[in-house]
Amino acid sequence: MLIYGTEISSRLLLGTAQYPSPKVLKDAISASHCDIITVSLRRESSAGSGAGFWDRLRDLNVQILPNTAGCHTAGEAITTAHMAREIFGTTWIKLEVIGHSDTLQPDVFGLVEAAQELTREGFQVFPYTTDDLVVGEKLIAAGCEVLMPWGAPIGSGQGLRNPDALRSMRAHFPELPLIVDAGIGRPSDAARAMELGCDAVLLNTAVAKAGDPAVMAQAMAQAVEAGRRGYLADPMPKRDMAVPSTPVFGIAELA
Amino acid sequence: MITIAGAGVAGLACGYELAKRGEKVRIFDRAPGLAGNGCSWFAGGMLAPWCEGETAEPEVVRLGAGAINWWAQFTPVTRRGTLVVAPPRDQAELARFARRTERHRSVSGDEIGHLEGALSGRFSSGLFFEDEAHLDPRQALTDLVNAVKSLGVEILWDTQAPDRVDVDCRGMHAHLPGLRAVRGEMALIHAPDVHLTRTVRLLHPRVPVYVVPRGDGYYMLGATMVESDAPGPVTIRAMLELLGAAFALHPGFAEAQIVETGSGLRPAFDDNIPRVQWRGETLHVNGFYRHGFLIAPALARAAAAHLSPQRQEAS
Repeated sequence: MLIYGTEISSRLLLGTAQYPSPKVLKDAISASHCDIITVSLRRESSAGSGAGFWDRLRDLNVQILPNTAGCHTAGEAITTAHMAREIFGTTWIKLEVIGHSDTLQPDVFGLVEAAQELTREGFQVFPYTTDDLVVGEKLIAAGCEVLMPWGAPIGSGQGLRNPDALRSMRAHFPELPLIVDAGIGRPSDAARAMELGCDAVLLNTAVAKAGDPAVMAQAMAQAVEAGRRGYLADPMPKRDMAVPSTPVFGIAELA
Repeated sequence: MITIAGAGVAGLACGYELAKRGEKVRIFDRAPGLAGNGCSWFAGGMLAPWCEGETAEPEVVRLGAGAINWWAQFTPVTRRGTLVVAPPRDQAELARFARRTERHRSVSGDEIGHLEGALSGRFSSGLFFEDEAHLDPRQALTDLVNAVKSLGVEILWDTQAPDRVDVDCRGMHAHLPGLRAVRGEMALIHAPDVHLTRTVRLLHPRVPVYVVPRGDGYYMLGATMVESDAPGPVTIRAMLELLGAAFALHPGFAEAQIVETGSGLRPAFDDNIPRVQWRGETLHVNGFYRHGFLIAPALARAAAAHLSPQRQEAS
């Protein structure tokens, strides 16, 4: 999978918040073999003593995708993106502009506005968006080369609330990398997103809040892989009637 | 003479355990006194190993098991357990908390009202950790200072420790490799109209909060957990979260006065498990994370066993 010219081998991206400890986070990252982790700049900060959480993340040898989680306006998100570029030395930014504090659903207007500005400044924007096609088109027009539609509200673990919309997105943007971001609760949710033809899955809470985060991280990676292979293998169509899988010819009919 | 750097809960507990073994002890601290000194002063004072087991490693639960009796030797400890509740729409959090912890029983809404009259009718179910307790950290530190002094320990406030000490208990100031800061923010409020007698934890997917009674209508609200080494006063976000959660627990907190806010940088290793480790000729006792009062007794005993192995505790 190629995103902004970078080859990504793992189709599972992990968030780094809410783990019981950095040690557990590290274990989860290695168990999942993910290449990309996202980091929130709003919640964690470093006074620059070198002892901070960010330094530990930098030492993990995975690509860091900073995010603007917690930003409620385009302006805030843009400022946070600037900070992220300074701290992590990357022009990648997962753009979140939150529109509603309860559902944490994206403010798609602010999102498009911030995406335009950040693209103009040379950022590679990964926009956290809804599954709305028109918004997707506007984000692409703003310069985004990847879309990150939600499966369900952030941290809700509800799975894919609207799989039909994701299917439409796949059909509408056949070549564009689609990463389902937010709402995944169980490995089956991740597998389903991949079976729908999405290119990758980004999740955080489902692993961080699991009883055994490392085992769940591995299960998610396996589910993503299984779903991807299932999609590529072209599943059989669903039928209304049973079709016997063993031949019926040659069975004696005793009348 | 055994020298200790740092007179927070770790240094004082180590001083106590060493003195009990008959060692002569001198403790140094840069601060002029207990007040405002590091994380210990701003601690919650929960002696709640079983609740902490929700996210802490089993090692921390084990280390905390003896804390209640240790502290009760010289300071008032309120043994009334911990009550854990969740708002109606977050009942799943309660089930999750129950699965991840031990030594609790489910309580109905009626039982919650029986345990804490102020919460009567407010929650339909909860968890009760009967074996837990809490103390007032500031009182406990004061009492611990008096206890170590009566054992002949010398505490030199306002004094930089010498370059070489036997025990280093300075938290983040020890600058140990692998040690990071986890910022915590708290508020002390005065709510004479709300009567709670034990620690109450309100579960919430975003903002879990605990309320620890300090007596006379005073309560400690805590505490945020931010991966940050930024010092300085509490943030608006932290106060919104803590005060909002307190209000959700009981609307009577709306009339409470905010007496004090504070923040501290908790020292923690990557696994959030404390360490007693030699570096050169100094024994480092560090990484207490959010469990200072809970695990200080066990860690102090471990440190004393390193430094005074031949002597038995004189009791």
